[in-house]
Amino acid sequence: MANEKSHQIRFISPVGSVGGGISGTALDEALAQAPHFIACDAGTTDAGPFSLGMGTPAFPREAVKRDLSLMLRAGRKANIPVIVGSAGTAGGDVHVNWVLEIAREIVAEHDLTVRTAVIYAEQDKTYLKRLLFENRILPLDPAPPISDSIIDESIRIVGMMGVEPLQQAILDGADFVLAGRCSDSALFAAIPLMQGFPPGLAWHAGKVSECGTLVCETLGKGVIFTAISQDEITIRPYGPGLRCTPQSVAAHSLYENSAPYLHRECSGTFDLTDATFEAIDDLTVRIRGSEFIPEPYTVKLEGAALAGYQSIIVGGIRDPYIIRQLDKWLGSVRSYIDESVARVLGAEADKSLYSLIFHTYGINAVMGSLEPDPNHLPHEVGIVLEATAATQEMAHKLAQLSRQPLLHYPIKEWAGSITAFACLHNPAVIDRGPVYRFNLNHVAVPSTPVEMFRTHFVELGGSRRSS
Amino acid sequence: MILAEIANLIRSKNAGPFTLTFDIMFADLESYRRVKDSGALNPAAFARLYRCPVEKVRFFECENALAFKFSIPRPLTQGELGDGDTHGGQQFVPLMELEIP
Repeated sequence: MANEKSHQIRFISPVGSVGGGISGTALDEALAQAPHFIACDAGTTDAGPFSLGMGTPAFPREAVKRDLSLMLRAGRKANIPVIVGSAGTAGGDVHVNWVLEIAREIVAEHDLTVRTAVIYAEQDKTYLKRLLFENRILPLDPAPPISDSIIDESIRIVGMMGVEPLQQAILDGADFVLAGRCSDSALFAAIPLMQGFPPGLAWHAGKVSECGTLVCETLGKGVIFTAISQDEITIRPYGPGLRCTPQSVAAHSLYENSAPYLHRECSGTFDLTDATFEAIDDLTVRIRGSEFIPEPYTVKLEGAALAGYQSIIVGGIRDPYIIRQLDKWLGSVRSYIDESVARVLGAEADKSLYSLIFHTYGINAVMGSLEPDPNHLPHEVGIVLEATAATQEMAHKLAQLSRQPLLHYPIKEWAGSITAFACLHNPAVIDRGPVYRFNLNHVAVPSTPVEMFRTHFVELGGSRRSS
Repeated sequence: MILAEIANLIRSKNAGPFTLTFDIMFADLESYRRVKDSGALNPAAFARLYRCPVEKVRFFECENALAFKFSIPRPLTQGELGDGDTHGGQQFVPLMELEIP
């Protein structure tokens, strides 16, 4: 096995995100090809700042448990490590602990013994303020402002780890590495890099594998099986009807990335400018020529701050007289609401401390300032009023005070009292709870690749390894 | 012909919370080259469609993926109050009508 390892390393990416739904059949097929490890991403900022701010995962517990159970059992059956990163969607400590409890349950139910390295990625605010003072927090483009008070007001800040903390955990004998926020590609590159495979290939293999079957021509149920040798990557899916093609693999590097060829990781940039993609057979693609350029070590930071509490009203307008003057009418409604808020709530509702936003579906709600055709009038307009304030109680009152003016604000085309707004619900006001915003787009420059991350070993299912 | 009639996928998506990215993809090299050679797809044309400064537009021609890519800063950060498209998935539509001579 040792000789073979230096010749080729193979791994499985079972699904794009833990909880997305692993195909057990495809996993078994790929497991028969003697992989050296299984790795899987579990997080994303894709859905927005809520998970990081609130400390909750985006997937149901049952979905995560099912996938994690398949992976842990496969890992133990083949006696190979399983690496999971960005646990619980946002990769904060609370998210990692949530997944750790699920793992504990799985191990007990299936009578497994799993030496688990838990790597926390949440950042200490005092540490970050020291880095800031030492000019070791650098802005990306575009970056919001940063200061001690912005660090303090953050609910939670995570650092996106590179391969080094994962590698240390593997060296220390982990069967299962459960990591907080982590570079997706690093989950797959960590072990190949430890074993001396070329960095350009190791990183690129991680990049094309991390989204599961999204790298295939069409998305479907299956797993991705990737092999790296000294001069090439091969990638193929297991699963019915799935295939990797040179175009699908090349195109995957574009997905959700601002630039297609250069991908910044903690330790440098991998460069796909000269990468070539060729079909080996109907399912398998060979990649060559990916490069890696080492750079000063940086760790990307992600932070969430509370934006306030929100209440909304959903409804619509069908009256063509109102639709043709909607901006002006909503402006008048808005002024009326502001006045009644000041009258009823007084100093309690300082205008600078609340926000009222009308999303006008049918006009420009989807594209906002980017809408090229905001003057096109539909026959019906959907309206979502978002009221945001420092407390849920205040947001709720703002929305309540908005309902009457929305319903009855007059227009000159009709004589007498009108009901202008078709409310979807009774009660009209829906409380949304806390809302968050991303407040950092920065990197930290640590002294070492591991100092920002804390690793704890936990023996799940027993106090000793079964080997 | 308009771009939507030649491309087999035009899509937009967040690339992180602060950036919007747009991919224009083709079924074959001939279609890709046709658009590339027309010169109609370029940062200035994109900046006009999206009313943003041309120096903020990043443009990539990716022949091996049969794709073009544009990236711009998000007008509002993902999830900011007022943002109406959390994933950025519905911002590509103005590109569809771009005339390819």
